[in-house]
Amino acid sequence: MRKISAHTIYEATKALAYKANIYLRPDMVRALRQALSRERSGKARRALQAIIDNAAKARQEKIALCQDTGLPVVFAEIGHEVLCEQPLAEVINAGVMDGYRAAYLRASIQADPLGRTAKPAYAPAVVHVDIVRGRRLKMTLLPKGFGSENKARVMMFNPTVEQKLIEDFVVEAVRAAGAAACPPFIIGIGIGGTQDSAGLLAKKALLRDMRSASPKPDVALLEKRVLERVNKLGIGPMGLGGHTTALAVLAQTAPTHIAGMPVAVNISCHALRSASVTI
Amino acid sequence: MIMKKLDGPLTDKAIISLRSGDEVAYSGVMYTARDQAHKRLADLIKKGKKLPVDLRGQIMYYCGPTPARPGNAIGSCGPTTAGRMDAFAPLLLKHGVQGMVAKGERSNEVRKAITQYHGIYFVTYAGCGALLQGFVKSSRVAAFPELGAEAIYELRVENFPLVVAIDARGKLMKTTAEE
Repeated sequence: MRKISAHTIYEATKALAYKANIYLRPDMVRALRQALSRERSGKARRALQAIIDNAAKARQEKIALCQDTGLPVVFAEIGHEVLCEQPLAEVINAGVMDGYRAAYLRASIQADPLGRTAKPAYAPAVVHVDIVRGRRLKMTLLPKGFGSENKARVMMFNPTVEQKLIEDFVVEAVRAAGAAACPPFIIGIGIGGTQDSAGLLAKKALLRDMRSASPKPDVALLEKRVLERVNKLGIGPMGLGGHTTALAVLAQTAPTHIAGMPVAVNISCHALRSASVTI
Repeated sequence: MIMKKLDGPLTDKAIISLRSGDEVAYSGVMYTARDQAHKRLADLIKKGKKLPVDLRGQIMYYCGPTPARPGNAIGSCGPTTAGRMDAFAPLLLKHGVQGMVAKGERSNEVRKAITQYHGIYFVTYAGCGALLQGFVKSSRVAAFPELGAEAIYELRVENFPLVVAIDARGKLMKTTAEE
C-alpha cells in the first residue's frame, strides 16, 4: 500500500479551490477567442470580449472569475493501493473550507435547505469517490455555479425513442436555460445508466477537453448536430443575440437497462472552471 | 457603439429616455439584494413595517458578491438570475424601487409592473464578476448583515455597464428570448 498523508490531500484541495475559481480553463479561453473571431453582432462581440477581459483581470488581481464560486463538486479517483490515513471526504472538505476562505471566495452553501436558517458556509462539497486501479490519487474540483445548475434536466425516455427526440430534449433545455444560465454554454449530456448516474455522467462530461469529440461516431454525430441546432437559437453570449450560444456539446454514454434510456443534460456557464491534481 | 450616460438616483425623465437595447454607463448608487433579502423586504412590506433602506428611486442589483480582498471596495460582483426574484419584484416596484439589474428573462407580471410603475430592467455582463468589480468604488452593508453575501450592500459605482433589457414601455430587448 502507498500511504498519502491527510495533510498532502488537504493542501492539494486548498490549491484546487484557488486555481479552479481564479483561472478560466485554457480550453475555454481558446474557444472564446475563436468565437470572437467568428461572431459578427456588435453586442455579442462586446460580451465575448468582456468575458475574455474578465478572465485576464481575475488572474492578475486574484479575484474570483464569478461571484458565484459554486457548490464545489470534487471527483476523487483513488488507486486501490492507496491508503488515506483519514476519511477522504473529511479531509477534502477541510481543504475546500480553508481554500475558499483563503482565496476570498463566496460562502454559498446552505446547510438547511428547507428552512434556510443556517448562515451560508464554504462547505461541504459534493464528493464523488471512484476506486480505480493503481497507486495514485487524482482529484478534480468543479465549482458549479447554480445559474446554470438550476437548468439541469433528466428525462427517462423509452429505449425505442428516436434519436431526434433526444436532441429535441437537449435543445429545449438550452432554449429554456436562456440568458440566465450565462451563455455561451458548454453542454454536458449523459446517456444511459440510471436516473442518478445519467446526471453524474452529464456533469462529468463537462470535465472533458472542449475540443474533443466523443470516440464513438454516433455519439460524436449527436454532439455535432445538437451544437449546430443550439447555435441557431439566437440566444448568443449573455443572451445579447448572435451565433455563439454554445461552444461545445460533450456527451458521455454508459450501459443501461433494456427497458430504459435515461438522458441528462447539465449546462455549464461560460465561466467553466475546473482544476485537477494527481498525487 | 454609443454608450449613454446615466446618473442616479433615477428620474422618470431619465428612464423614459432609455430604450430597450440601449447600452448605458451608470454612475451612482445600487443596492444589492438577492433571494433572502427580497423575501425579507417583501415580508416587511406585507406586515406594513418600515424598510431598513429607503428604496424609492433606487436600483436593486441582484448580486451576492465575494468578500473583498484587502484594499478593494468589493470582491467579484456579477449579476444573478432575475427569474428567482420575479415573485417579489412587482411589490418592490410598487413601493418605489425603480431600476433592476440582473441577468436573464423576466415574467410577464414583472414586465407589466415595470410599465405600471415607470420601472426599468437592465442586464449586465453576467459571469464577469472580476471585471465588474472594477466599476465599484465603495460598498457598505446597508441591511441584514447576518445574511452574509445575501445582505443588502450599498454600492457606489462609476460607469457601470448596463444594457436596457425591458424599458419603461415594457418593450423587450430584441434578442432577449421571450417565454
